[in-house]
Amino acid sequence: MTVFEDESGRSRETTGAGSTSWIGSPHPAVVADRDGGVVEFNAAAADLFPRMRVGTWLDEVVPGWLADAHRRLARTTRAPVAAATASAGPAPLRGSHDGRLLRAHPTESGHGDVAWWLVDDSDLTAAQDALRTERERHAILADASTQLLASLNPDRCLEKAALLAADHLGDAALVISPPVRNRHAVVTAMAGGFERTQVNLDPAVVPGLAEALQGFPPVPARWIDPAELPSWAVPEDFGGPPGSVAISPLPGHGVPAGALILLRRGGRRAFDASEELFARLFAARAGAALSAARLYAEQARVTRALIAELLPPRLHHVDGVDFAGGYRTSQDTERIGGDFYDVHPGTEDGPETLAVLGDVCGKGLDAAVLTGRIRSTVHALLPLAGDHQNVLRLLNGALLTARHTRFATLVLASVRRTGGRVRLRLTSAGHPRPLVLRATGEVEEADTGGTLVGALPVVTSRSATVDLSPGETCLLYTDGITEARGGPLGSAMFGEDRLRSALAECVGLPAEAVVERVQMIAGDWVGRGPHDDMAVVAITAPHTTHLSAVNGHTRGRYTA
Amino acid sequence: MTTRTTRTTDTATDGLATTRRRLWAALEARDEPAAAAAVLGAHDAGVPAEDLLLDVIGAVQARVGTEWAADRIGVAQEHAATAIQERVVAALSRRTADGAGHRPEDGPGTRRVTVACVDGEWHALPARLLAEVLRGRGFLVDYLGAHVPTPHLIAHLHQTGTDVVALSSSLPIRLPTAHAAVTAVQAIGLPVLVGGAAFGPEGRYARLLGADGWAPDARAAARLLAVGPPARDPARTGVPGDLPHLADQEYTLVTRARTQLVRQVLQGLQEAVPATAAYTERQRERTAEDIAQIVDFLAASLYADDAELFTGFVTWTAGILRARGVPGGALVAALDLLADVQSEFPRARAHLVAGRRALVRPSAPPASGLHS
Repeated sequence: MTVFEDESGRSRETTGAGSTSWIGSPHPAVVADRDGGVVEFNAAAADLFPRMRVGTWLDEVVPGWLADAHRRLARTTRAPVAAATASAGPAPLRGSHDGRLLRAHPTESGHGDVAWWLVDDSDLTAAQDALRTERERHAILADASTQLLASLNPDRCLEKAALLAADHLGDAALVISPPVRNRHAVVTAMAGGFERTQVNLDPAVVPGLAEALQGFPPVPARWIDPAELPSWAVPEDFGGPPGSVAISPLPGHGVPAGALILLRRGGRRAFDASEELFARLFAARAGAALSAARLYAEQARVTRALIAELLPPRLHHVDGVDFAGGYRTSQDTERIGGDFYDVHPGTEDGPETLAVLGDVCGKGLDAAVLTGRIRSTVHALLPLAGDHQNVLRLLNGALLTARHTRFATLVLASVRRTGGRVRLRLTSAGHPRPLVLRATGEVEEADTGGTLVGALPVVTSRSATVDLSPGETCLLYTDGITEARGGPLGSAMFGEDRLRSALAECVGLPAEAVVERVQMIAGDWVGRGPHDDMAVVAITAPHTTHLSAVNGHTRGRYTA
Repeated sequence: MTTRTTRTTDTATDGLATTRRRLWAALEARDEPAAAAAVLGAHDAGVPAEDLLLDVIGAVQARVGTEWAADRIGVAQEHAATAIQERVVAALSRRTADGAGHRPEDGPGTRRVTVACVDGEWHALPARLLAEVLRGRGFLVDYLGAHVPTPHLIAHLHQTGTDVVALSSSLPIRLPTAHAAVTAVQAIGLPVLVGGAAFGPEGRYARLLGADGWAPDARAAARLLAVGPPARDPARTGVPGDLPHLADQEYTLVTRARTQLVRQVLQGLQEAVPATAAYTERQRERTAEDIAQIVDFLAASLYADDAELFTGFVTWTAGILRARGVPGGALVAALDLLADVQSEFPRARAHLVAGRRALVRPSAPPASGLHS
């Protein structure tokens, strides 16, 4: 094989004499002189070019691309400079002969003869082409899966499916979702853009659509006569009627996820076998993603409906008193937990507003379900709120007779504003005592106590009465705040002292600001560490107009 | 997008300045009705709501921050002012909710935006102002408020057909959390626009974290969003952002050793600065909190691989201490003590050295996102 690589001084005779090794090579080899006459060739070359003889012209026996290449090379070799570059190893040529793909490597002898080494690349090239196509498809499918699975929002998923189908399977694509009250959401995608419409359609009018929308059993994609496609299914700027139309089901998780309509321009009527497979794989992925998104949306809807009553309410101004609440669940993934609060405005039966804040033993969903029960029970007992002890006794009875075995602690606060002052009646049932922030910055603890509810047959309690002057606040909180562990030095308990100091800094703040500040300080205290549910309610006597009017800074004020 | 004519007349500018003065006076007096009257009165007089939100309420809120930094108002006053501002925004929002709500031109542009603060971020007003500005310009806005845990944000995005997310964060120490949120939102195929002081000068950390867009203020954000959602590179969906400098583990180790570092420095301070040895338990805890904040900012600067983040923080802190008549020696001592225990962490040491250099040769303190 190395005979021609050394062009420095060997004669053709030497080459010929030592050539037995290459004569038997399985790869075709041909030596031609500078004029294109065949000098030598091996058996493999004879098989490939049956008319080849020593002395025949290359032009007559090999394909034109090879003869041309030889002419070019032989011509340049005559110029000494060019010879030097040529010997550096010219790039192999490619060409076909008799249905085979050939790679041709020339080597030069130095006196004008060129040996052509031919390699049959047909199988390799075919394999490489197949590999490239497969890789592209795989990349597209992987990308499609990523895009389809990224969102659990059904609308987004529908759009993605249509866009991907239009990009990779047809010139335009429509994804039709299963009907909701006879209306189908349809996303039409073309050239990277999409449009969403609601269509009132009878699937029977489009051949194959009804079957595709049923989803199971899976039917293969079906090519239909473009004339049978209703006009709404063809995008306005599609540029005339489609040349061909296919309808394919999107099989979901046992439920139909929708149907895919592909439009093509021109006459490309059908997929080839591998396109067919690709389309099926795509439809399977799109269908799975769409039904996952639908299931999630449905579950989320159910969850929202079920927990709506369990979510902490938004508190606001009631009967001249400011209320604000803040809640943080122990798990960031949850929205409800074992703490709860409510504020019930007064009724004809009782003019006082009743605020309640409590903590059910345990956390998470199970505890949240019980908070719902307690909240409805307290709501029902509202007409009796004039007597806290009575409310707690009845609540205790209700909890004891229920089948669950959890107990709860809570604080009741009956609130009434008279003039500029706010009078509170506070009763704690086994709960941390409310704190009262005075205008002086002093923080007091309300002198109330009692047994928790839901554990013992008899409950006792002692109420406290507290008056708030304008700007003063009463803070109800759960032990999630005081028992929060963290701080700059690690695992210290937040504790009541720190809560009192935090509260002392809130003199004169509106209720929301007090809640926010307490939440923020406790939140920063735990940092990223674990914590229990935390709930806070602030009851604040608002600053009266009188107070702000005597303040010299205000001018031109009027009631908003 | 120009949705209104720019008012550059002197009277309009005077009007805004007067309204700002009235609002500030009302906030100082903690007089909510007067604050509302100042803003709503200006609205009655024809000042556009957007100008009131940004050039009055937003500008006055910035003043609240600087007045606090200069120790001219206390923490409680800052909170009271912020709470009143929130209520004024709500009052203004109720007025504009049903009326003028002109929708921008229909088109492929963004329709629905979710505005949220990253987990741990309590400064909600900038996000609130953005939400109101966007609402005023006709976007459908979901405003999720302060301190939104990433799982809640993602659940919300799945359940609503949001087109783009706008995340707000003011403290650079939330950058790792913000990064997690940005990545999570992008993983479900939605673009994220970020804003707030946390993202650094010219939004340099926004690019670092791979956010799809950054806006220096609410108007710029609205303009960006009006052009349409920033293009997402689909290939990057689900691929977390790449921060090669984190490979040295310094961020992770410093974060993990936070408590231990605080204890070590606190102990060291008692020896280095004799005055601290006589501290009460409460003073000691305050000092520990200050040290913890230094460690947190060091961790953030390691995460962002930007010593300037750290030097910005220490010079700002030095300014805060100066305004309160606290000698800055303890701060330098704390940096030295920290540097001593970071001997194996070249990047951390470099940031601490840079911080110390900035303190010893103080230049004009740059603005920082640090609040109390």
